[in-house]
Amino acid sequence: MNILSVKDLSKTYKSGSRSLTVLDQVNFDIQAGETISIVGPSGSGKTTLLGLCAGLDSASTGSVQLNGQALEKLSEDQRAAVRNQDVGFIFQNFQLLPTLTALENVMVPLELKKRKDARTKALELLEKVGLGDRATHYPTQLSGGEQQRVSIARAFANEPKILFADEPTGNLDTETGEMIEKLIFDLNKEKGTTLVLVTHDTELAGKTQRIIHIKGGKIQEDAHA
Amino acid sequence: MPMPDFAWILRMAFRDFRKNISRLLLFVSSIVVGIAALVAISSFGENLTSDIDNQAKELLGADLVLENNKPIGDQPIDSMALNTASEVNFASMVAFPASGASRLTQVRALEGDFPFYGYLETIPASGDADFRAGGKKALVEKILMAQFDAQVGDIIKVGEVEFEIAGELQSVPGQTGITATVAPAVYIPMAYLEETGLVQYGSRVEYNRYFVFAENTDIDLLIEPFEDEWEIERIDADTVEDRKRSTGRSFENLSNFLSLVAFIALLLGCVGVASAVNVFVKEKLASVAVLRCLGVSSRDVLLIYLFEILVMGLFGAILGSVLGTLLQFILPVVFADFLPVEVTVGISWLSVGFGVITGLFVSVLFALLPLLKVRNVSPMATLRPETADSRLMKDPSRWAVIAGILIFIWGFSYYLLGSAQLAFGFTGFVVFAFGILWGVGQLIMWAVRKFLPISLRYTVRQALANLYRPNNQTISLIATIGLGTAMISTLFFLQNQLLEEAKFADKEDQPNLLMFDIQTPQLEAVKEKVTGRDLRILQEVPIVTMQLNEINGVDKRENEELPDDENYSRWMYNREYRVTYRDTLIDTETLAEGELIPLGARGDSIFVSLSTSFAEGNNLKIGDEIEFNVQGRPIKTYIGSFRNVKFNQVSTNFIVLFPNGVLEQAPKFHVIITRTKNDRESAAIQSEVVREFPNISVVNLGVIVETLEDILNKISFVIQFMAFFSIATGILVLISSLIISKYQRMRESILLRTLGAGSGTVSKINTLEYFFLGSLASLSGIILSFAATWLLSAFVFDMNFRPAWGAGLVLYLAITGLTIVLGWLNGRKIINQPPMEILRGNG
Repeated sequence: MNILSVKDLSKTYKSGSRSLTVLDQVNFDIQAGETISIVGPSGSGKTTLLGLCAGLDSASTGSVQLNGQALEKLSEDQRAAVRNQDVGFIFQNFQLLPTLTALENVMVPLELKKRKDARTKALELLEKVGLGDRATHYPTQLSGGEQQRVSIARAFANEPKILFADEPTGNLDTETGEMIEKLIFDLNKEKGTTLVLVTHDTELAGKTQRIIHIKGGKIQEDAHA
Repeated sequence: MPMPDFAWILRMAFRDFRKNISRLLLFVSSIVVGIAALVAISSFGENLTSDIDNQAKELLGADLVLENNKPIGDQPIDSMALNTASEVNFASMVAFPASGASRLTQVRALEGDFPFYGYLETIPASGDADFRAGGKKALVEKILMAQFDAQVGDIIKVGEVEFEIAGELQSVPGQTGITATVAPAVYIPMAYLEETGLVQYGSRVEYNRYFVFAENTDIDLLIEPFEDEWEIERIDADTVEDRKRSTGRSFENLSNFLSLVAFIALLLGCVGVASAVNVFVKEKLASVAVLRCLGVSSRDVLLIYLFEILVMGLFGAILGSVLGTLLQFILPVVFADFLPVEVTVGISWLSVGFGVITGLFVSVLFALLPLLKVRNVSPMATLRPETADSRLMKDPSRWAVIAGILIFIWGFSYYLLGSAQLAFGFTGFVVFAFGILWGVGQLIMWAVRKFLPISLRYTVRQALANLYRPNNQTISLIATIGLGTAMISTLFFLQNQLLEEAKFADKEDQPNLLMFDIQTPQLEAVKEKVTGRDLRILQEVPIVTMQLNEINGVDKRENEELPDDENYSRWMYNREYRVTYRDTLIDTETLAEGELIPLGARGDSIFVSLSTSFAEGNNLKIGDEIEFNVQGRPIKTYIGSFRNVKFNQVSTNFIVLFPNGVLEQAPKFHVIITRTKNDRESAAIQSEVVREFPNISVVNLGVIVETLEDILNKISFVIQFMAFFSIATGILVLISSLIISKYQRMRESILLRTLGAGSGTVSKINTLEYFFLGSLASLSGIILSFAATWLLSAFVFDMNFRPAWGAGLVLYLAITGLTIVLGWLNGRKIINQPPMEILRGNG
């Protein structure tokens, strides 16, 4: 069963009379539970593709079906509801809310789902990523690796059907990066989540089941590992 | 869209609030002063109104006063009153024989037990009783006693009679400190009035009769049957209710004006709020994008931050209201010279409520403008930082908020001014001033960006470049400091200008000594005294008093029956006209319309010339027929011309000017104007004339300037006190802007110091930036105030504009210096910390 289906997807930015096509007629499907990497050089359109697939932005033409819902037919607030229900995110620069503690950051997606056990569940996840004792710390009081672990706990909190990760180890040293990779893949396996990774790192990409190479806004290669 | 989950929104707001409390407090501080000023003025006004109600009888000193400019004969209500008293008052010179000095005062000859309510407060306390015990005793206003260093027991000469000073008058019911400054009172017993010889032809005398009736008497009902008769006799009846209304009205005007000044301070604070929230929002954009990414709707994100603003707005409004309530305790001291009643102070819950609601409303309204941005933040910003959002200009909510702000300013000023037109004017002025200052800010940033020469020293170049750094506060600081400076300096310049104008009149060829009430038999002797001292008589002006019988055939009685939009002002029929005659214009006059027509030029018709302002104010036209009553003889005239008359110079200026050949034989008195070489000569001639002719009043320009200075000082104290609120708000906005931009500066400081810049260089760059910011803001404000002073001088005060460069320079240095000092205090901590500590976020 396809969790994500991308058809004839294009994104063009207009600046005055000039227009720039960042994605051009992209097509692919992702099966539920699959792990996939999108790789390509800087400016190739991979972040744009991730944003469109996750419903963060709207396409110029084409369609994205996420868990059976056509995102282009939804308003921004409806897409927000889809993100809350079905999608998890891990960012290169962690994107924790600086005014919330580690625990509160993890609680947000659960609270949005009106889960009564938000606190217990969030604490459990923090324990799982090894930060049970840092729950009351604010992001500025945590190291980069710790912040990314909080971000992972938050991403898995709402038990998403699909997880999007944008260069999740890009801001970390090798050792910490490897630890984070392991955490992501372990949790992914445990929860049976679909994983879409955007990365420059070919070694990291090699750990996924499928790699999509993108260049100049077009898919160059779509290969299973 | 589902209903918002308010519990979660509040929780999120609280979580965010926890870490931002100090920064949010800063934005709230901007409105505290404005709200405090509004609440203080409003509470003071409320209390004053109730005090005027409670002390209404003391304002008048009686239940009823009849006033006329001729003696009031026996009245039918005399027998209905429990008691009556009479007063005759007029302006006259009094002399202090011990020092030989003299001064124009308000002489009040009193008979009876006035005031029936309240009392004449004297030092010693027995002074009043002593005065009333009989004999040649006088009560003298304290300002006069102080001026001539007189003591109780000294002698004062009023006209031909010498009185012993029985007491120093501290206060008179219903009279303010300002009245005492303009015309200090001297009370003498009525029994000696005639002996003084001061009431002669031409003397402008007011006769008052005071009545007190049995308690619970309905005065309006009582006097109703006599009002028509009094109207004919031009007797004015003033009851406690009338006095209460007129005093209440004038204080309502004052209170509204002061509230308007406070409102300007509040508006400055609102700019501070919008500016602080703008920076706050910009820093929150990343968090907003994350929240959107996690699935929070744009409405809920807006509600989270709006709730924080609401709480802080409420806090600021309550704090402002508490401060305002405390502040009103000092207002009676500030306004002491203007108050006719004793003011009690106390909490006015109505004003506190008004302050809290206004504070809450303005914080939300002005914060919404930048806050609306959060609705447009795309979750895509988590992956790629956003560029400028062009959707803002098209956002209808933003335009709705802007419209809301304009409606609020108009509505609030309408509430204070009570006139839609004035409210539009005020709103227009605010928009114009902000527009100009905003434009200046934009222009400067554009010019710096465009023309910043690369050859400039690095520190100067960096400081100038900082003016347009991202999240800069340049425009909001120029707007707030600039507007605050503009307000204060306009008041200051205008005051200076009025004084300069008065002093300017003292130049070589301008008259500086004026003698009036000279009777015809005294004229030659007075002229001799002047010329005997080698002084030139600059003007010798005959004056004839008259009243108006008819305008275009409509007499007073007919005029009363005309509908309101067709009749002439009742005042025109009731007033006394002091008229001169000549066929030429003098220096202070210019012809506005028509021509001066000498007698006989057009048959035997008499053509008079009217001052333009009088004619315009009363809808009179060239050719209108006016019949005057000159000492019982009717004289029919036609309006031949209108003159623009400059009333702000030492000169005799007249509303009505007759041609030669009509009034020569009428009873008249004279005015002589001369120029003395110095104050000593003025004093000598004044003393000589008053000694020999006590009925003649002498005014020298020195005294006018002195009195004007005194009054302006009193007024300007109040205005400066009110302007203080704007300055305080400006400083708070400045401080909060500096603190808000501190984090930005920290990052720049780290970068510069990592690149090897010493703390001295960083400090120099910061100081220079503050210098540029302070300079630009204060100069914009000062230039704006020069323009405002010029406009007011030209169109309101009819004066020549003389820019006060010196005062402008002092203001510029003070405000720029203050900006540098505050900036330096704010930046000190950043500069002294090691870069690593700041990098780790401990700074």
